[in-house]
Amino acid sequence: MSLTLPCPHCGPRPVTEFVYGELPEVPEALTDPDAIDLDRAFMRKNTEGVQVERWFHTFGCRRWLTLRRDTRTDLVIRD
Amino acid sequence: MNEFMEKKVQLNWVEPKKHYDVVIVGGGGHGLATAYYLATRHGITNVAVLERKYIGGGNSGRNTTVIRSNYGIPEAVKFYQHSIELYQTLESETDRWIMHKQKGLLWLAHNEAGLRAERARAAVNTAFGAKTEFVGPEQVKKLCPAIDLNGAGVWPVLGGSYHPEGATARHDRVVWAYAEGAMQRGAHIHQRIAVTGLQKDGDRVVGVQTDRGPISAGVVVSAVGGHVTALGAMAGLRLPIRTHPLQAYVTNHYDLKFDQIVASTALLFYVSQTARGEILLGAEIDRQPSYSYRSDHHLIQSCSHRAITLFPFLRNLRVLRQWTGVCDMSPDYSPVMGKTGVEGFYITTGWGTWGFKAIPAGGEQMAQLIATGETPELIAPFSLDRFAKDKTLADRGSSGTH
Repeated sequence: MSLTLPCPHCGPRPVTEFVYGELPEVPEALTDPDAIDLDRAFMRKNTEGVQVERWFHTFGCRRWLTLRRDTRTDLVIRD
Repeated sequence: MNEFMEKKVQLNWVEPKKHYDVVIVGGGGHGLATAYYLATRHGITNVAVLERKYIGGGNSGRNTTVIRSNYGIPEAVKFYQHSIELYQTLESETDRWIMHKQKGLLWLAHNEAGLRAERARAAVNTAFGAKTEFVGPEQVKKLCPAIDLNGAGVWPVLGGSYHPEGATARHDRVVWAYAEGAMQRGAHIHQRIAVTGLQKDGDRVVGVQTDRGPISAGVVVSAVGGHVTALGAMAGLRLPIRTHPLQAYVTNHYDLKFDQIVASTALLFYVSQTARGEILLGAEIDRQPSYSYRSDHHLIQSCSHRAITLFPFLRNLRVLRQWTGVCDMSPDYSPVMGKTGVEGFYITTGWGTWGFKAIPAGGEQMAQLIATGETPELIAPFSLDRFAKDKTLADRGSSGTH
């Protein structure tokens, strides 16, 4: 069973229908514009644990959804 | 050297000391090779390798063991060519049978764009020291008789590049050979010690905190796979790394010989035969960033579907085993090696889905960096600051997993 994401419009659908959406991750401590550009382009927070993330349902309703997922277990956290 | 002649691997486990000249975090291929080359090339033996679980239990034990140097950019071709040459002499150097077998590697093209890419690959490889030639469909069939050149009528094989030095080796044996070689010369390898933090003196890293107490060190090297972001953060670094799972699987025993390693960028799979006769298949990384080791059915289904279009015999085999590793993917699909900007803290990461073939050269070059304090010319282009300098080394097409 592959990772299944809960789409609010289409119900639970396999992850292969979705595209992972980037979230802005630049630390607030950065103020130098060049450092912010560098960070935005290349650096990654790479969270090990629960993170808020966006997915685009490419092969479905073609809408964005936001969810919380634990990257250690791939379990979607439901509130 | 073969299995009937070889001696038992000699590993001597000892208690950790309070101080080492060099502490290497991560007991995989890269960390152990670094310790080995520090001892053999530079005589530095007051070295510890700290491993959270057991040596070679991470990506060193989960990869698909392909050794090749047919990359798409000059810097990578030179580096990986050096690495496969070190692999070719590793058995005589360590006196250990790593089951190194030169098989030849075919990289196939199914359309005009693919033909252009393979011609370019052959040209850049030849120019920078790797042996790769462009071959037509007849030669592909001659080299690999099991292939269906019609690609089930959908993915016809129009040609490809042939890399005769493509090889495989037994990954556990590579790890053990390096571990044993380093230990015999006095390096310490500690299993089941997790690094929980870094000791700092001002901006300088001067040791590690572990779950078995602090260990001070002249130099700390991160050879961590999968969880490098956490270690980088302890040193105050943001890394251009995102962790993605990569899956692979093997079928049951295939009676006939399947000599080549075959890869296809368009079809996104690669296939080879293990020493046990199993057919080994691998494909793309999972698209979601994740640290999960879970395998899924979708990968077997989609990868098998694509592989059968070129190799109809695979349809009669059964899937025996499937596994997952977590890969440090860099944005430009090239590794990150060398100094970090933090004194006393070196890094070797970004090994994504191409780390196994780089173990000898990566270890040797990191050892030289540690011993001399100067970044060797071969790995200078792969430094962490290349992103800030706008000198990224984009080579996505050569990774074989995208």
